[in-house]
Amino acid sequence: MAARSMPVPVSDAPGVSPWVPVPFRVEQRAVETADTITIALTPPKGVPPIPFRPGQFNMLYVFGVGEAAISIAGDPTQPENLFHTIRSAGRVSAALSQAAPGSTVGVRGPYGTGWPLAEAKGKDVILVAGGLGLPPLRPVLYEMLRDRERYGRIEVIYGARTPKDLVYYNQIQKWRDRTDLRFQTTVDAAGREWYGDVGLVTARVPDIRIDPANAIAFLCGPEIMMKFTAQALEAKGMTDGSIYVSLERNMKCAVGICGHCQLGPEFVCRDGPVFRYQDVRRFLSVREL
Amino acid sequence: MTSAPSSDGLRLVDHRFFEGVKGGLPQRLQPLTIERTYELGDMLVREGDIADRFVLIFEGKVALEIVLPDRPRVTIQTLGGGEVLGWSWLLPPPQWWLDARAVKRTRTLEIPAPELRAALDARPEDGYEFLLRLLPVVAQRLDHTRLQLMDLHGG
Repeated sequence: MAARSMPVPVSDAPGVSPWVPVPFRVEQRAVETADTITIALTPPKGVPPIPFRPGQFNMLYVFGVGEAAISIAGDPTQPENLFHTIRSAGRVSAALSQAAPGSTVGVRGPYGTGWPLAEAKGKDVILVAGGLGLPPLRPVLYEMLRDRERYGRIEVIYGARTPKDLVYYNQIQKWRDRTDLRFQTTVDAAGREWYGDVGLVTARVPDIRIDPANAIAFLCGPEIMMKFTAQALEAKGMTDGSIYVSLERNMKCAVGICGHCQLGPEFVCRDGPVFRYQDVRRFLSVREL
Repeated sequence: MTSAPSSDGLRLVDHRFFEGVKGGLPQRLQPLTIERTYELGDMLVREGDIADRFVLIFEGKVALEIVLPDRPRVTIQTLGGGEVLGWSWLLPPPQWWLDARAVKRTRTLEIPAPELRAALDARPEDGYEFLLRLLPVVAQRLDHTRLQLMDLHGG
């Protein structure tokens, strides 16, 4: 598959201000967990679907409440339905979580660099997600499974607090049934109804079957998870140049102007949110930022 | 659960615990082993029982569970092939502090604690080698516990 050019943000279309959200319609709303939902957004008449790359995000605006950066969680080949998985954590995300089918949500985007899929071609791939880190990696899986023969082994490790906190539960069962990838789920604690793994994602890393000299890893989740998973991958023989992380910061403008998401010399919204671990690891160990 | 002295089945030398070991330690311990197979739901050990053996898991999955008064039991960790059950058998009082239950058909090699301790006492170099391998298991469990306290999957 040819590498795609950088998608143009919908707000960058001729005659549209980058600061003005485009009103999209909430087409579907699915409950994932007690505090997490997935919505599908469709563009208004006359506005084409937004092409996006795995790992990019949109700024979603709840009119009268505010705006939040949310990763795109759908299939990049089907941008007509823009999927976002949202955990109710703050004022804006709580309002987004209540968005009913038929209601309107403002969209600016897509923004950010995305995961380096071209670099993953021909390599073993490790995807590690913690908590709500799976949605930004789901488009990667869609892409890789569509072009499965272009990649080596694919190992996915997904960790959540409890079985009830796992998102995309039914889809995960289908992924687990596939013979061309290994999808491991693990939780922090569980009752007897859970027959899966209990423990940290880092504990699953020694079991992955990869060639560390020809492998690439994409990590997404809490920074502490990514930091210790990267350590475990390095113990497995990988280098920090072949490990990528998706960082989350307080994104406001999303176009590298306001500086709210600045991390050292980088603007997470513009230069990230996906970074080579080698380039940002020093910032994940700074005592005070 | 079925058990049999290990003769031509699982070999200690193939277990990750003994990976890279030199000097014949797993070969010397092999005659002491008992091979066991646990079916789904079988208990390997129960909290409070005497920790009478060292358990090396070759295949399957074992849930470590804590029984809480008036609450459903909680699985705090699962162990799979290549992992070992613990070190309670080594330190006095030798007592299991958790329940361990097979959540998949599980195959193990197990070494009775008195014989293992005697073998390690008899050859201190073997005892040292063994502890060098057991200590990382202890350290890793401690690290994981710390990380769990930091809510690693919470984001």
